[in-house]
Amino acid sequence: MQVPRYWREQSERYKLVGSKCNNCGLRVFPRRSLCPDCRHESQGQMEEVRFEGTGELVTWTRVHEALSDRELETPYLMGIVELDEGPRVTAQIVDLDPEEVEIGMELESRFRKLGEASESGVVHYGYKFGPVVSD
Amino acid sequence: MPATDPAIAEVSCLRYGEHEETARELAVDASLDVLEEAGLEGDELDSLFVANAFGMADKQGHVGPLISTAIGAPNVPSSTTEAACASASVAFRHAIAHVRAGMAETALVVGTEKVSHIDTMTATSYFCYGSDYFLEGGVGATFPGLYAAIARAHMDEFGTSEEDMARVAVKNHANGIHNPTAHFQKEIEIGDVLDSYEVAAPLKLYDACPFSDGAAAAIVTTEEKARAMTDTPVTVEASTQRGTIAALSEREDVTEIEGTQLAGQAAFEQAGVSADEVDLFEVHDCFTIAELVAMEDLGLAEPGKAAAMVREGQTKPDGDVPVNASGGLKSKGHPVGATGMGQIYEAVEQLRGEAEGPRQVDGAERVLTHNVGATGGTVTVNILGRGD
Ligand SMILES: CC(C)(COP(=O)(O)OP(=O)(O)OC[C@H]1O[C@@H](n2cnc3c(N)ncnc32)[C@H](O)[C@@H]1OP(=O)(O)O)[C@@H](O)C(=O)NCCC(=O)NCCS
Ligand SMILES: [Zn+2]
Repeated sequence: MQVPRYWREQSERYKLVGSKCNNCGLRVFPRRSLCPDCRHESQGQMEEVRFEGTGELVTWTRVHEALSDRELETPYLMGIVELDEGPRVTAQIVDLDPEEVEIGMELESRFRKLGEASESGVVHYGYKFGPVVSD
Repeated sequence: MPATDPAIAEVSCLRYGEHEETARELAVDASLDVLEEAGLEGDELDSLFVANAFGMADKQGHVGPLISTAIGAPNVPSSTTEAACASASVAFRHAIAHVRAGMAETALVVGTEKVSHIDTMTATSYFCYGSDYFLEGGVGATFPGLYAAIARAHMDEFGTSEEDMARVAVKNHANGIHNPTAHFQKEIEIGDVLDSYEVAAPLKLYDACPFSDGAAAAIVTTEEKARAMTDTPVTVEASTQRGTIAALSEREDVTEIEGTQLAGQAAFEQAGVSADEVDLFEVHDCFTIAELVAMEDLGLAEPGKAAAMVREGQTKPDGDVPVNASGGLKSKGHPVGATGMGQIYEAVEQLRGEAEGPRQVDGAERVLTHNVGATGGTVTVNILGRGD
């Protein structure tokens, strides 16, 4: 496997891009070629969509022991966010102290460095979520 | 075609903890132990099933033939199963299926793991490969992190407290003291858990299972053959496996594991028994919260009510619903690829009345084992009974 291409594809997935089923309206993340509800009926009807990046916190934690694949500064906050369009994503939570974090709070996405991919040295960008700052 | 009922003739388990040996050597030791117990030579086997999750940590794949060669069975068909933390119980099911189908009369299943030679960060990374890596591990969601997310949601939904989780650790450590195969033989108190360092909030060191090395094995054969090998065979009344959507974020409810609910229901149906008729539950408590969720998913408690049973002492070995008399993953340890076989080892010890001290559940006739791969992508349940 060619490492650079692998990481490029991965970066692509770390944008908040998913699919909308034009048969039933369901939005899914990440991108899919078939709707999980409509299956073959959604063939050719899946449209790529970029999510607004706003949503609600479902659950969260503060992680102290990171993995070696990513150069992450520990501890960091991580949670599951339910996007306004429906799908949920797991992501790091930034710009908040643990005392300020609450299940159900509104968050919005930021496009940030996810860390260095240690083996390939490729810098890796992706979505993180933080408190809503824009109007 | 009449199905052949499979049974367990013998089991073996090396002590969990830190070992000098490689995963392959540990598997060979456990295999030779169980062959000796059963009075078998390696070449009398019809099949060898190996379970291992982190073989690549030893820079060695394809371990089946290495193990079969070392136990004097180089020509016996071998295969290796990887299903994260449920690897061993899935391998066990392969053996069950082979015996049932008549493809093998006598099979050896061995689960093995060796992680103590790699540092915590590297081990944490290997574990992440068992999650949906793009959606979870890749954004920093480690396994302690994912179970912490489950714990936080459970606390929010049901009012479960950190003390509630701590009590699971205290009970399991108390049981582990009496288990010579346990990684930890150390009594702890609630305060020790609450004061231990945070691993992934709200989970702390003593809410987590350790990284253990270890191996465990069993001889699975027809009931008839098992009876010829031992006076105390153990019957397999049910063996089921179900899945759950791999990534937590894609599930509607993160306070339950659907695969456990489904595998549990199917197992009770297969065995034709209810939970009341099971004397001991060995469940997958990789983190304290996981024991509470498993009890609820298996129907031992209503959602959110397992903590009360632990508080009242009902889940101790002498309680109404004993859970993890072995010490569980928390205290017995979690050598990933061996864990499911270690649970089966405990079940057999208990059914034979051979568990040490107060860990023995009086007159145990039926034991359920529950093994989870990752956060429930794979779940297996076995119900084992006395065959004598
Ligand atoms: C909890 C965890 C982070 C601890 O790792 P660590 O901080 O590197 O701890 P160390 O290995 O340095 O051990 C420090 C001490 O704590 C003890 N210890 C380690 N893990 C322990 C645990 N889970 N419970 C109790 N004691 C533990 C060690 O024996 C050691 O004791 P010592 O100082 O007396 O020798 C690590 O064990 C872990 O990540 N466990 C979870 C594994 C996992 O995710 N499994 C998959 C489940 S799905
Ligand atoms: Zn659809």
